This record gives sequence, structure tokens and C-alpha cells, in this order.
Amino acid sequence: MRVVAWLTEATWPAVVDAARTWVPEAADVTLLYVTGDEPAAAAHGAFAGLLGRGYRHARDPGSQVEAISAAAAADVLVAAEQRLARSATRLERHGRIEREVVHAVADAALLICARDGDPNRLGPHSLAPPTRFVVDHAPCPVLLVWPQPAPRIDTLPPPPPHP
Amino acid sequence: MCATLLVVVLGFAVVRPRGWPEAVAAAPAAAVVVLSGAVSISAAWAEIRRLLPVVGFLAAVLVLAQLCADEGLFTAAGEVVARVCAGQSRRLLPALFVLAAVTTAVLSLDATVVLLTPVVFATATRLRSRPMPYVYACTHLANTASLLLPVSNLTNLLALAASGLTFTHFAGLMALPWLVGIAVEYVAFRLFFRAELDGPVPAPLPARRPAVPTFTLAAVALTLAGFVVTSLLGINPAWAALAGAVLLAVRALRGKRTTLHGVLGSTSPLFLLFVLSLGVIVKGVLDHGLDHALDTVLPDGSSLPALLTIAALAAVLANLVNNLPAVLALLPTAAAGGTGPALAVLIGVNIGPNLTYVGSLATLLWRRVLHAHDTEPGLARFTLLGLLTVPAGLAAATVALWCVLRATGG
Repeated sequence: MRVVAWLTEATWPAVVDAARTWVPEAADVTLLYVTGDEPAAAAHGAFAGLLGRGYRHARDPGSQVEAISAAAAADVLVAAEQRLARSATRLERHGRIEREVVHAVADAALLICARDGDPNRLGPHSLAPPTRFVVDHAPCPVLLVWPQPAPRIDTLPPPPPHP
Repeated sequence: MCATLLVVVLGFAVVRPRGWPEAVAAAPAAAVVVLSGAVSISAAWAEIRRLLPVVGFLAAVLVLAQLCADEGLFTAAGEVVARVCAGQSRRLLPALFVLAAVTTAVLSLDATVVLLTPVVFATATRLRSRPMPYVYACTHLANTASLLLPVSNLTNLLALAASGLTFTHFAGLMALPWLVGIAVEYVAFRLFFRAELDGPVPAPLPARRPAVPTFTLAAVALTLAGFVVTSLLGINPAWAALAGAVLLAVRALRGKRTTLHGVLGSTSPLFLLFVLSLGVIVKGVLDHGLDHALDTVLPDGSSLPALLTIAALAAVLANLVNNLPAVLALLPTAAAGGTGPALAVLIGVNIGPNLTYVGSLATLLWRRVLHAHDTEPGLARFTLLGLLTVPAGLAAATVALWCVLRATGG
């Protein structure tokens, strides 16, 4: 049984804790971190928009963003494995985050990921677009966890008014 | 012929075959425009003399920004933001908005795109926040927050020269449109990225006390004060920029933290040559029919509908080609109509490029060709964000400009 724990910037500790709590010892855990290409592409794009300055290619901020991204991904994976306190496979990918995650869980028995949005109340908008896509398309069961203790039931928004 | 040359020069600048500098095509094309008689030598020389102070001003600001980066000013600003926002992720967007807006206004949009964006990305990553909203904040504010001061954008420096405004008068008229434009961006970002921005609060990081380069900060503050003083004394504020750049350069050279070659290189001499060449070519295009065409298209006067139309047309042109040739083409006609139309052009060409990801459709199309097998990541999301911010920002900033013009009598 292979379980994939999808780690994102702010919520990865909760995902690792869920793996510690819910995944049997016999299962193989894969810690997955996907670096989105979008920030570097946005920085490359902004630089390309500076007409006439392109010849100084070494100044392209997108290249620096790529280097920082790679270092950050490695940091999160190392910290997550330490928190998990058991052997795990580290998997680092880059590209379109949502698609990379779905491909990475093609043969998995379970995906663990965390919800986004305001953690202090129940309700929308709890899934940012990449997470929404992953939850909609994952070809396996998905365990969606709160990134911190879930808020009280009285934070549930009232029902919409009747038409 | 001039129009064809302009298309070739812009195409070359976008494609840059073999990575050659843009001036490789622009300078010979400008020479052809002059040698063919499309623009007389005296007219070309007049255009170059008109643009030279602008280009010199820009060079000084580029040096100033690079030396600020070399002295660690942007890194220190990132550290300060990290300390203020550690454990308080909701503070991160407003803090980075302030940082990007001030950087763009004081040290130009080049500084925000090239020097600040990596720092902002690193700061967001350190705070374990999703970096996407903050990187997009940099790319958007590099354009929108470049309305305030003449030094914020080359387009503004060109308008300053064309309109006859002083540095302080320009800033006074554009302060409200600048604030309104940024406010529209902020509201749009809060809505667009709400799921990312409302995320959980990460654990606070061990605080690192930032080493703020106080001398550099003081030099930038003095330069800003110099802009005001020179403007009040009727002296070209480029001298204040030059003084600030020289002050920082001499200190860095004495400390062996930079070289003379490095300082001169950060003036981007080939970019400056490109701007001068483009100015001559666009003059040729204007003299051979475009100015009459623009005369009929651009509305007269400083009424609100006229200003809105001018800003919208400028934004469209900036998106079709790029804001630099757009402003060179539109300014002579717009400035003849007064201060209002000239500043409305700036609102259009400065905010407009946020619509097309790389500032123009031409650049975007070429990048699509280059990445034919790999679609541009996030293009749809960026375009959606642009559609949310640009029309609203253009309209709101133009209304703000109209209010200021009405209140001050122009």
C-alpha cells in the first residue's frame, strides 16, 4: 500500500501528522512536494515585458526564483521526513502543481492533503484552485485534513435565504 | 518605410535572435530613417537632444537602484517584512504591497521587476506562505505603482519632458491616481487569491535582526529630497539622481564592493541607445501620417470622457506593441492637448500592460511560439487577474486624475 502525503508551504506539518496518525506502519509513505512553475514564469514574463533590457539575461529574476524554489522544496522535504519520524520516499516534482500531484498519485492507495482558506471557520473558500483540481481528479481516496485544529461547529455559515 | 522599420525593430527586440542586444537592430534602423531623409538630420538631432536628459536621468536611477541592491537594501527590506509578518500571514500582502509600491515609485519599475521580485519570493518562501500572490503583486505593482514620480517609469520621464511639468507638480497630480490604482489592485488581489491568502498562520520563524544599510537608505532619502529641491529651484532633477548615484558609487568603489565597470554596466548603455534610436524611428512614423491619424482618434480636452478614452486607447496600444513605443507615439499629440491628456496616456500605458502577462501581445505571441509544446504556466490565471484589475484600475485612476485636475485647475 502506497500513501502519498502532498506537502504545501504552510500546511505540510498537518499533512505529516495525519500520515503519522492514520497510515499503518506497513504502508509505504511518499512525501510529495511540487514546485509550481508559475512564480518563475511570472518573473520571467515581467522581465520579458521590459522592452530593450533583455540582453542582460543574467539579470532575469525568473532564474533566481527557480533557484530559491529548488532550495525551499528540499528544505520542506527534509523537515517533513524528520517530523514523520519513519522512513519515507521523498518525491520532488515541478510543473503545474495540480497536474503533477494527480500524476504522482496514479498508483497510490491514498492521498493525504490539507485544505486551504481561513482555518478559523467552517466553510468556503476552503480549496485554492490547485487543491480543488486535485480533489476533483485524484484517482484514489483523498484524506483532506485541517491544517490546524478544526474550528467549532458554530462557525458554520447560515443557510442561504430561500428564493 | 518608417512604420516597417518600427515593426522590424520591435520584432527584433522581442525575438532577440542569438540573444543580440535590441540596439543592434534599432540603431541601424534609426540611421536608415535619417539617411533616407524620412527624418532630417537636424530633426533627428533635436529628438536625440530632447531625449538625452531623459535617458541620462534614467541611467542615474538604474545605477542608484543597482547600488541599493548591492548594498543589501532590498534584502534588508525583505528581512524587515519577514520579522513583521512572522506568524501573521495576513500582514504579508499589505506589507509587500507597501514595499513594492515604494520601490517602484522611488527606484523605478525595473528595480521592482529585476531586484525586488526574487527578494519577495524568498521572503514568502521563508514564511512558508504560498508565493504566487506576492510574485504577482510585484509584477502588477511594477506597472500600477509606477504612476507616482517621473523616475518611476521611463514613460513618465518622457511625459515629463513632453508636458513641461515640474517634478513636484507631476507627483502632486499623480499622487491620488497612484493611490487609487494601488487600492484597486489590493482589493482585487484579496478577492482573487482569498483561498491562498486566508491560509493558516505558519509558526513564527526565529527572528533574524536585519542589517539595514542606513547609509544607503539615507542616500535614497536625500536623493528624493533633492528631486523636490531641484524642482523648486528650476534645476533638472536628473542632477539629484546623478548626485545620489555618485555618492553611493564612490562609497561602494572605495569599499571595493563594486567596480567602475560594474557601475557603468548598470546604466544599461545599450538600452539607452535603444531608447534614443526608437525615439528617432517613432518620430519618422509620426511625421509620415501617424500624427494626423492620432489627431483624429484622440479626443480633445480634459473632460472625463476624453481622459477615459485616451487612457483606454493608450492601454490598448501598449498591449498591442509595448508601452515604450506606445508612449513615444501618443505623447506628442496628447501633450499638445494639455496636461490632462498627457497624464491620461501615462495611466493607460503604465497600468495597461498588466493585461497581457509580458506587457504586450507581440511578446506574448512570440513566447507562445517559443513554448509551442509547453503552454505558458498560469497564463489563464494571470489574464483573469488582469481582466479583474486593469479596466477597474484604469477607470478609477483616470477618474482620480480628473478630480485632481478639476480641484487644482490643471
